[in-house]
Amino acid sequence: MDLLKATFKQVSDAVQTKKVSAVEVTKFFLSRIENLNPQLNAFIAVNSKALDEAQAIDEKVKKNESVGPLAGVPFGIKDMLCTKGLRTTAGSKILENFIPPYDATVVSRLRNAGVTILGKLNQDEFAMGSSNETSFFGNCKNPWNTAFVPGGSSGGSAAAQAARLAMGTIGTDTGGSIRQPASFCGIVGIKPTYGRVSRYGIIAFASSLDQAGPMVSSVEDAAVCLEAICGHDPMDSTTSQRKVPSFSSELSSNVKGMRIGVVKEYASGRMHPDVEKTYSLALEKLKQLGAVVIEVSIPLTEFAVPMYYLIAASEASSNLARYDGVKYGFRADFKDLSSMSLDDFYSETRGQGFGAEVKRRIMLGTHCLSSGYYDAYYNKAGQVRRLMRDQYIEVFKSCDVILSPVTTSPAFKLGERSSDPLTMYMNDIFTTSTNLAGLTGMSVPFGMSADKLPIGIQLTGAHFEEQKVLNVAYALENVSSVKLEVPHVY
Amino acid sequence: MSTSRRGFEAVIGIEVHVQLKTNSKIFCADATVFDAADNENTSPVSVGMPGTLPVLNSAVISFGIKAGLALDCKIRQRSVFSRKNYFYPDLPKGYQISQYDLPLCENGKVKFFVDGIEKNVSITRAHLEEDAGKSIHQGDFTLLNYNRAGIPLLEIVSGPDMHTAQEAAEYGRTIRQIVRYLDICDGNLEEGSLRCDCNVSVRKVGAEKLGTKVELKNLNSFRFVEKAIEYEIERQIDEIESGKKIVQETRLYDPDKNRTFNMRAKENAEDYRYFPDPDLLPLIISDAQIETIKKSLPELPLARSTRFQKKLGLSELDAAMLTAEKEIADYFEAAGAICGNYKAAANWVMGDLLRELNSKKIQISKSPISPTALGKLILLIDKEIISGKIAKTVFMGMWETGALPDAIVQKSGLAQVSNAGDVEKMVDSVLAANASQVAEYRAGKTKVLGFLVGAIMKLSKGQANPDIVNEILKTKLDSKPE
Amino acid sequence: MIDQKLIEHIAKLARLKITPLEATEYGQQLTKVLNHFQEIDKINTQGVEPLVTPTDIEFYERADEVHKRYSAEDMVANAPEKAGQLFKVPPVV
Repeated sequence: MDLLKATFKQVSDAVQTKKVSAVEVTKFFLSRIENLNPQLNAFIAVNSKALDEAQAIDEKVKKNESVGPLAGVPFGIKDMLCTKGLRTTAGSKILENFIPPYDATVVSRLRNAGVTILGKLNQDEFAMGSSNETSFFGNCKNPWNTAFVPGGSSGGSAAAQAARLAMGTIGTDTGGSIRQPASFCGIVGIKPTYGRVSRYGIIAFASSLDQAGPMVSSVEDAAVCLEAICGHDPMDSTTSQRKVPSFSSELSSNVKGMRIGVVKEYASGRMHPDVEKTYSLALEKLKQLGAVVIEVSIPLTEFAVPMYYLIAASEASSNLARYDGVKYGFRADFKDLSSMSLDDFYSETRGQGFGAEVKRRIMLGTHCLSSGYYDAYYNKAGQVRRLMRDQYIEVFKSCDVILSPVTTSPAFKLGERSSDPLTMYMNDIFTTSTNLAGLTGMSVPFGMSADKLPIGIQLTGAHFEEQKVLNVAYALENVSSVKLEVPHVY
Repeated sequence: MSTSRRGFEAVIGIEVHVQLKTNSKIFCADATVFDAADNENTSPVSVGMPGTLPVLNSAVISFGIKAGLALDCKIRQRSVFSRKNYFYPDLPKGYQISQYDLPLCENGKVKFFVDGIEKNVSITRAHLEEDAGKSIHQGDFTLLNYNRAGIPLLEIVSGPDMHTAQEAAEYGRTIRQIVRYLDICDGNLEEGSLRCDCNVSVRKVGAEKLGTKVELKNLNSFRFVEKAIEYEIERQIDEIESGKKIVQETRLYDPDKNRTFNMRAKENAEDYRYFPDPDLLPLIISDAQIETIKKSLPELPLARSTRFQKKLGLSELDAAMLTAEKEIADYFEAAGAICGNYKAAANWVMGDLLRELNSKKIQISKSPISPTALGKLILLIDKEIISGKIAKTVFMGMWETGALPDAIVQKSGLAQVSNAGDVEKMVDSVLAANASQVAEYRAGKTKVLGFLVGAIMKLSKGQANPDIVNEILKTKLDSKPE
Repeated sequence: MIDQKLIEHIAKLARLKITPLEATEYGQQLTKVLNHFQEIDKINTQGVEPLVTPTDIEFYERADEVHKRYSAEDMVANAPEKAGQLFKVPPVV
C-alpha cells in the first residue's frame, strides 16, 4: 500500500482488516517527520505516545472491537488545539511550556474515530498572520519551494500535509487561515459553517469567527474527516444541534444544473495573472460540467477586511487577557515577587510573552472596545457585519455555491510582505467575509503558477451547506490538471 | 420620621450580590460546596485555561427568573451576557462574564416596614454573573483559590431610594428573606453567600443634585450595614461642613473601630470595555417558562404575614416574627393546622420552641419536635387532658425523647385528674391537714384560698384539673362545717 | 489620530509593556488601520443590531449537575509558581 497516496478510507479499511497495522502506518509518518521536518519546521512537537496510541488501535482490531472510521490514520494537529499531556503553545512564547490536562473536542472526536496523533503543527502566533512568520518557534517553509511561505496561520498544517508528513491535519480558520495556506501548499482545506465544529479546547483568537477544519489531500478525505469532527458539543453552546449529514456517502461530482455564483465586486483586477487564469479555468470547467454561472453582488464585501480586523482584534484583546503569568504559561523572570507591583507583573509578563503582531492586535482591539470608541468601531463593525451577512443570505437564494480565488496571488517569499501590516491584511480580501458571515468555505488545488507554486480555488456555501461545497470541489478535483503534482520536498 | 440630619439628607442605594445555591457553577460542572480543599472545585473552565468555553447552567436561569418575579421585575425575554474586562488575579480569564446592558430582570420594587411605616424601594435591575476567586493575602505574596470562581451570582441593584441606615439594613434583611423564601440562596452574610455593597451620598436638604457617592464594602451583617452607613453619613457631613470635597472611592467598614476607611480611589481610567460574550448566545426566555415559574413561586413573606394577621388573627408583631424565615412560618402553619389553635401554636413556636432551638443552635428544620407533635400537644391542652403547666413538662419530654405527647402523658401518668371523686379526696385531705387556714378563710380571710389551691395542686403533682379543684374547694369551704 | 499619550493609555489598559520605539510604530500603524476603517462610516447602520454569532444556533443550556474530572493538582500543574495547591502571585493590596 502506498501510504503517500492512500485515502483515509483505504488505510482505515486496511488497518481494520489487518492488512497493515496502525503501528506501521504511524511509524512510516514518524520517520518522514524525522527526515523531512528539519527542512520545513512544520511540526513543533512530536507526540512521544503516538506509537502507543497506534498499538492500542491494533489491539482493539485484534479483539474485534470497533475502532472507528479513521482507525490508524495518523494526524498532525495545529498547535491552537489543546492536546492532553502534549505541549500546546498557539505558536507563542507565552504558552511555551503549557501542557493541557484536556483534549479539544475536535481532538477527542478524532481519537474516538481511531486517529493517532503524530504531533503539533507550527502556526502564526495565536493564528495572527498569514505567512507563519509570527510563530515563536520560527518560520515554517513551503514544501514546493522552501524560499516561500506556506501561508498562514495554519502554515504548519498545510506544509506538513503537502509534504505528507501526516495523513491528515487539522487547521483553524478565523479569516482564511485554513483556506489560504491550503491554496499556497496545494492541498484541500475546508472551513465549516460557524457552529458546525466545537471550539472547546481550541485556543481562542476571535470567538465569533474561529472554526477548525480538515486540511487534507483530497475532497473525499475532507468529507470523511468532517463527519468525525462536526456536530453539537455540550461543552460549546455555540455549536449547532442540527444533524450532521453523511458527507462522504453523499459526495457527488455531478454539478449539472448547480448555480455557481460569481461575485461582481471581486472582478476588479487586483489579481495576479496566474490566479486569474486558474479562476477562469475553474469557471470554464464547471460550465462544461453543466453548472450554471450567474453573477451575484455583495456590495458590502468591499468592507470585509477592515471589519474583520476590527472585530477579530477586539475579541482577541479580551480572549488573550487570560495569559497573565498567574495560572500557566510564561511569567517574566522576577527576582523578588514581594517588591513587584501587580501592574508591572502583568505588563512585563505580557510584554515579553507576546510577539509584535499579537501585541499590535491586542492594542487595536483594546482601543476599539474602550470607552468613547466602542460605538464608532466595535459596534459599527458589528452592524455592518449583520448587513453584509444578510446580503450573503439573500445571494444564496439565487445560487448554490460562490466561486472565487482564495488569495490575490500565489505564495510569496519569506520576509517579503511582513513589514506593512495593512498590505498584509489586504491579502485576505477573498477569505474574511466567509468568517464574518459564518459561511462555509473551501480551498481546492486547481492551478500552478509560473514559479511552480500551487494555486487553489475557493468555494463558499450558505450556512450548513458544506455538502454543496464539497460536491463542487469534488467535481473540480476530478477535472483538475494539478492533482497528481507533488512538491519538491516530498 | 424626618430623614434630615444637620440639614443634610442621605441618599443610599444598595447592590446585593446573591450567591445562587445551585449544585454546579454557572458555566461549568464544578461543585459549589463551601468548604472544599484548595482549588478542589475547579476545572479547566473555571481556571480559565486556553480554549475552554462557558455553558450556561439551566438552574441559574430559573433561579434568576424566580428572584425577578418575586421582586416584581419585568423579565427580559432576551438578555445578554457580556464580558467585563479587567486584570486582577482572582479573575482567571481576565474578564468577568456578567449581564450588562441587557439584564435578565429590570424595573421591580420591594416593600417592607420600618418601625411600622411602609417603605417602597425600586429595583433598578437584577442580573446574572459569575463570582471571582478568592485571594489570600500573605504579606510578601498573595495566593489564589479559584473554588469560588464561577459560582453563580444574582446582583440586585436598588434605586437610590433609601435615606436612613435603618432603612438600608431593613432593605437588606428583606432581600435576604425573599431569596431564602425562594430557596435560591442560603443568605449567609458571614460566609459571603449574600454580600451588600452600599452606595452612600449626602446632599443639602432640598437639593436636587446627588452628592458624590462612596461605596461601602465588607459589611458582613445587617447590623454592620446600619452602623457603617451611620458612620459614613456623619463622616461625609463632617467633610462637607469643614469645606472638603467627598472623593468617589470604595471604603471598607472596620467593625472593631466602628469606622470606614479608604480601600481604593475609583480611578477615572477604569474602563471595563464591555462587549457581548461571543461564547454565549443571548438568553431567550419564553412566556411559558415565565408562567411556569410564576405558578411555582411560594407565598412571599409580606403576603404571608398579612394573611397570618387577617386570616389567623395574629398580631402584626407575631406575624412578622413567624414569617421572618420560611421554615418557621411553615412549621407554625403545620402545627396550627393540626390543632386548629393558631394563637397557641404561635405562642409555643415563638416561646418554648425557638428558645430551645436557639439555645441548642438547632435549625427548625432539624427540630426534635415535629410540627405535628407540637400540634398534638396543643390539642391535649385544649381538650383539657393536661394543664398548661404539665404541658411544659411534656414539651421537654418530647424535646429530649422525640416521642409524641400522648405517649409521654400516658407513660408518665401525667393526664389531668378531672374525676370529681378523685379531686374531692385530695381536697378533703388538704383541708384536714390545714385546719387553721380553713378557719382563717371562714373568718373572712379569703386570701388563703390561693394557698389551699396550691397545696392541692402540689398534692396532685400538678395533675388536678384546676377548674374542678376550685369548684370543689369553694363548695366545701363555703358550706357550713358539720 | 492615535498619539503617544493614547498609545500609552491603551498599553496600560491592555497591560502590555511596550518600548518607546514600539509605541511610535504602533501609533502609526493603528492610525493607518483605523483610517482605513473610516470608509465604513459611510454605511448607514441606523437601527441595525450588531451581529455577534453569525449563524442561527438553537439556545443550549446544561443541566445543573456536578462532574468532577480534575484534581486540584491537575489544575495547578502548569502554574509558574504555587504554594501547595494554590497559585502564587505578587502581593495584592
